[in-house]
Amino acid sequence: MKSMMKLLLTGAVFAGMFAPALADDKPTIEIMSSWTSGGEAAALDIIKTEFEKRGGVWKDSSIAGFGAADAAFQNRIVAGDPPGAKQGVIGLAAADFVGQGLFNPIDDVAAAGKWADALPKSIYDLISYDGKVYLAPTGAHGESWLFYSKEAFARAGIVEEPKTWDEFFAGLDKLKAAGIVPVAWGGQPWQQTKVFNMILLSQVGIDGFLKIYVDKDKSEASIEGIKKTLDIFGKLRGYVDDGAAGRNWNDATAMLITAKAGVQFMGDWAKGEFTVAGKEAGKDYGCMIVPESPGMVYIADSLWFPKTGDAGADKAQKLLAEVVMDPAIQVEFSLKKGSVPMRADVDKSKLDVCAQKGLELMTADNVVPDQAILLTPQQVGLLDDFVDEYWSGGSNDMASAAENFFAIFE
Amino acid sequence: MPIKRKPHLSATFALLPTWFVAVVVFIGTMAWSIRLSFTNSTLFPSSTYVGFTQYVKLFYSAKWLASLQNVLIFGVLYVAGCLLLGFLLAAALDRKIRFESAFRTIFLYPYAMSFVVTGLIWQWMLNPTLGIQASVRSLGWETFVLDWVVNRDMAIYALVLAGVWQGAGLVMVIALAGMRGIEAEQWKAARIDGIPVWRIYVSIILPQLGPALAAAGMLLAMGVIKTYDIVVAMTNGGPGNSTEVPAKFIMDNLFGRQNLGLATAGATVLVLGVITAVAPFRYAIYMRNRAKGAA
Repeated sequence: MKSMMKLLLTGAVFAGMFAPALADDKPTIEIMSSWTSGGEAAALDIIKTEFEKRGGVWKDSSIAGFGAADAAFQNRIVAGDPPGAKQGVIGLAAADFVGQGLFNPIDDVAAAGKWADALPKSIYDLISYDGKVYLAPTGAHGESWLFYSKEAFARAGIVEEPKTWDEFFAGLDKLKAAGIVPVAWGGQPWQQTKVFNMILLSQVGIDGFLKIYVDKDKSEASIEGIKKTLDIFGKLRGYVDDGAAGRNWNDATAMLITAKAGVQFMGDWAKGEFTVAGKEAGKDYGCMIVPESPGMVYIADSLWFPKTGDAGADKAQKLLAEVVMDPAIQVEFSLKKGSVPMRADVDKSKLDVCAQKGLELMTADNVVPDQAILLTPQQVGLLDDFVDEYWSGGSNDMASAAENFFAIFE
Repeated sequence: MPIKRKPHLSATFALLPTWFVAVVVFIGTMAWSIRLSFTNSTLFPSSTYVGFTQYVKLFYSAKWLASLQNVLIFGVLYVAGCLLLGFLLAAALDRKIRFESAFRTIFLYPYAMSFVVTGLIWQWMLNPTLGIQASVRSLGWETFVLDWVVNRDMAIYALVLAGVWQGAGLVMVIALAGMRGIEAEQWKAARIDGIPVWRIYVSIILPQLGPALAAAGMLLAMGVIKTYDIVVAMTNGGPGNSTEVPAKFIMDNLFGRQNLGLATAGATVLVLGVITAVAPFRYAIYMRNRAKGAA
């Protein structure tokens, strides 16, 4: 297949040679992303505007839905007609493509822009493969957030943010008594896995979390941590409403906006929904890291640069990488996207309360990567299955479930 | 004995493109998929053979086993439900009622809708916080429960309900066409003998509709194997594994989970399943034709 792939790529090169020389005048890039919702599109537009200002030509091939965009991208790669750039997470997701020699390194851009100094070391490692930089990071999303409706909390008589899980569940009981849905639950596997991970981090700490996901450590301590996590996770079943199964995250956020529900576990992209509804962080809704958590789970987006065999596109890729990592662009982009800038050396004053909290944790390196960064896509899928089966199976047999957990890595 | 014909050169040439498509596109890709199912391919095809490892993994996967069970339940109930409801609707319209064409259009209309739209409509209606349950409760019946799509034990039946709603119209049209082809004399004769109407339908009309209903059943059964969009639109396989289907399992592993080997193993099992189900019928038809040819 490798030789087949080469054949296809060579074909693409020849096709490129006979194409009209129009592309040589200006660096042209076709970018494929799944950033199509209001806030996401506005964020992408920041990059586009700057890219065009610096003389590039931008062709947008965005497709709604992460999975759909990925499938389309894979088909284009196999067909030997890859786009110039693709939005995707950093880490293992891109490893297969890099291993097959399908991506262009952007080592020179990274060296010229001193990326190694500007980025936290963990991020820098995750965009490098075999010592070469391949991906241009756009922004990080914190995923350990607990959003709450201040109005719902006031009605239920909760005055303080809960510090422990016991206080948290006491608060949920109060919400329930006040006739409010305690937890706005998004019952889709990927959302449930995120909740599982934030609880896990709160129970085993940063080192324990990395031990489990990176070293696949199956020691007593790790198993105990999974058990405690499943205990808290399972308790939440009693605080969700009938319509939770299959609910979209933004529908869950809407329940907080209308004060029909008390809290929601979600990544910081949920802020975008609040902002669109005219709600303000710290005033109408609160954001806190989940109780007892020493840090934050994060997911980081980046741009991938496939080999297109076209010199114009190569030039455009380098230009785009520069634009994406520009300090001013990083802040502007994050404001629109609701994310946290990747660079530590940016102007923090413009960010909202939640993003500042997130950036603080980020710069102190009190963060752990999301499973999509640490695990292969196959393992991510199995983790989703595991969490979903525990949640909807209604079982409370934590001991045997904790055993099953480690089967993900086999 | 069949007569041996000399192949016409021009006819063979004319058929070449079709042969090419059949061999390369259908059989070729099928062979390619089967080959991949014996490799450890993840995102890209690899040529490291691992024997039956993917198949072992497949049949250890709770999700795959659940998907096979689900497609069986769905398939049987969906095809049977569509045939029954479709036949009843056809019989009702056959009674020379008023506004027949209007009813025919209404009953056939759902079939014109894609499975995605069908799935979304029923998902909304059966969703306990938005749909029928919520509206009945707001009318005052506080304990009314209709939560099929979010209920693990009932979700698969919610799919059947939506499927039957969509597919019954097709069976109705085919059955009605069949009924219109039945001679009026038979009706007159049966009336003179004093046979009740339902008995005429069951004992006289139904047997004559055999081929029409078999064709309709075949069309529906082919849809069952491909069942994907209605599940994605309605439940996305949930809650848990309760509505997972093989086609969705394969698609998820093919793209989302970058697990080409496992996906192609699933596809191969599915193809083998279809072949084992269809082969006896084809064989029976072949034998019957031969018997006719000999006679």
